[in-house]
Amino acid sequence: MIALEKRPQPSRGWTLASPVVAVLLTMIAGAALFAALGQDPVQALVKIFYEPLFGEFNFFYLPQLLIKGAPLVAIALGLAIGFRAGIWNIGAEGQYIIGALCGAGVALALYPSEARWLVFPAMLLAGAFGGFAWAMIPGLLRVRFGTNEILVSLMLVYVAEQLLASMALGLMRNPEGQGFPGSRNMARMDAATSWIDQSNGMHWGVVIALIGVIFAYILFARHILGFQIKLAGQAPRAAAFSGVSPARLVLFCLGTSGALAGLAGLTEVAGPSGIVSIDFNVGYGFTAIIVAFLGRLHPVGILLAGTLMALTYIGGDVAQSSLGLPGAAIQVFQGMLLFFLLAVDVMTNYRIRWRERGAV
Amino acid sequence: MEFGSINPVLLLASLMVAATPIMLAAIGELVVERSGVLNLGVEGMMIVGSVLGFMAATGTESAWLGFVVAALGGAGLALLFGVLTQFFLSNQVATGLALTLFGLGLASLMGQGYLGVKAPSFPDWHIPLLGDIPVLGPIVFQHDPMVYVGLLIVGGVWWFLNKTRGGLILRAVGENHEAAHGLGYSVRRVRMLAIMFGGACAGLGGAYLSLVRVPTYAEGLTAGAGWIALAIVVFASWKPGRLLLGAYLFGGVTVLQLNLQAAGVAIPVEYLSMSPYIATILVLVIMSAGGAPGSLGKTFHASR
Repeated sequence: MIALEKRPQPSRGWTLASPVVAVLLTMIAGAALFAALGQDPVQALVKIFYEPLFGEFNFFYLPQLLIKGAPLVAIALGLAIGFRAGIWNIGAEGQYIIGALCGAGVALALYPSEARWLVFPAMLLAGAFGGFAWAMIPGLLRVRFGTNEILVSLMLVYVAEQLLASMALGLMRNPEGQGFPGSRNMARMDAATSWIDQSNGMHWGVVIALIGVIFAYILFARHILGFQIKLAGQAPRAAAFSGVSPARLVLFCLGTSGALAGLAGLTEVAGPSGIVSIDFNVGYGFTAIIVAFLGRLHPVGILLAGTLMALTYIGGDVAQSSLGLPGAAIQVFQGMLLFFLLAVDVMTNYRIRWRERGAV
Repeated sequence: MEFGSINPVLLLASLMVAATPIMLAAIGELVVERSGVLNLGVEGMMIVGSVLGFMAATGTESAWLGFVVAALGGAGLALLFGVLTQFFLSNQVATGLALTLFGLGLASLMGQGYLGVKAPSFPDWHIPLLGDIPVLGPIVFQHDPMVYVGLLIVGGVWWFLNKTRGGLILRAVGENHEAAHGLGYSVRRVRMLAIMFGGACAGLGGAYLSLVRVPTYAEGLTAGAGWIALAIVVFASWKPGRLLLGAYLFGGVTVLQLNLQAAGVAIPVEYLSMSPYIATILVLVIMSAGGAPGSLGKTFHASR
């Protein structure tokens, strides 16, 4: 009979190995899924994982890796800070939308100003503040009333989506857009664009994500706050005795992740998306949850996981256009990845023992 | 304002219909949480239930079969959650989120051929005698059968939790799994059964959305109903009676805002559509006092 025995310390080997094992298992299960959809499974996997990186048209797909990876990494970094402390912000999608709306609001209000030194920094501030403020709602409610931050942050996603619809169809609609929904194109405004080098996929979101990785690394490895976050997650009582203020921690974790999500939203809307439209958000805030776990809540891991997840988005598009693989199949694939990761993770904290039935 | 165009009897009658899917999902989750497990995958199980139920119902022309299949599908997804959290000892919050993300993808994959298709009809019952009572009859006694099935399930859960030995064991497992294990109860078995029941109820709630409430298939038609169900469990302080109240309160807000939209009140549609979610947040703020089962969300591992 199989029994689990708790390890005294989490296994370092399995901590690193489990994401790799999970990815391999997902590929196998994904192949079965694609076969069930009537596709050649090997060909589908090649299209998803090989073609964008090394295929004939990789010059077109590689920049996409930066565009899709940057928001995933930036959001996941913020989420990981909270997840480590046991603070579950799952409304990053809402913070992403509100950050984009606030930043875009600044850009559109200052249009047609050409002063990039003023417009773009103001947009960044507004974007970060928008995400921060939206995340402060669940934060303050939890601190003040003990309200569950999971449910409140999630409810606010739906509120943010409605706000976005209202803005895209009303207040922020392009006055010269012949009645089409959506705002002016910020990517084409020299003062407001977040592009640095469009042909290579470089935009300010990528820069922010990379700076975020460095800061998060320093926070966890070197800073007392990083230690307190880990402590609060693993031993809340010990943390309380050592003088960690739970309220401050909640606000810090939610605020940081909100600001990062807001920045990701702003840089997306002022660059790759360009316009505030009803559906400019494509669910990065939710996929980032998978990225955070797949990256072991570690900054470097998140960078790798974000790149991999961006690859599945791009590969999914490739497979959709060339093989007719439904777009939703990739969403299932990403969901399976998290399942396998959680299942394999049992090995990190437990050892498997074979035991005779009846023996104690 | 055009409040005059809103008929209060019709409003109250549609309130009962609007409350049913959330009531079904919430009562399932209530049982799961009373056994000490937090399953955040309600939204995922609901949406998969809505698709499976719709597929089965259009395939067989029988809405009843659709509900059965949806319940089985919801329970199947819940089984996945149960195996991961109870046998692989994974984090319940993370696994629940995974279930929701996976379920949303799976549902949109399966539902592709059904977009815009109409559901087979599921006629209302006109209960003789009771349905003829003026005012009260149209409000309470002229609905489709699932409204009453939902109420029966809520009543059954109340009876089970408070009046039976099984309910006592389930509550013991939820309050203190170490002690229940020490007394010789199988924590895992109790929890697995509770999780499957929760999944079946969520599946029913999802199918009610696609088969009765909407009743056509559309992408993402649960629109957060599963999350609202989770909030209502908190609002209800984990008590079935209060859950009924919460579901009707929520149904009331939904129906009222839809009616206001239809009546053309001078509030933009988007702001009216927000109101159920904002109401849920307000309810959570007011009702965040304790009452949660003692072992809620904690992983159980019998070391001996």
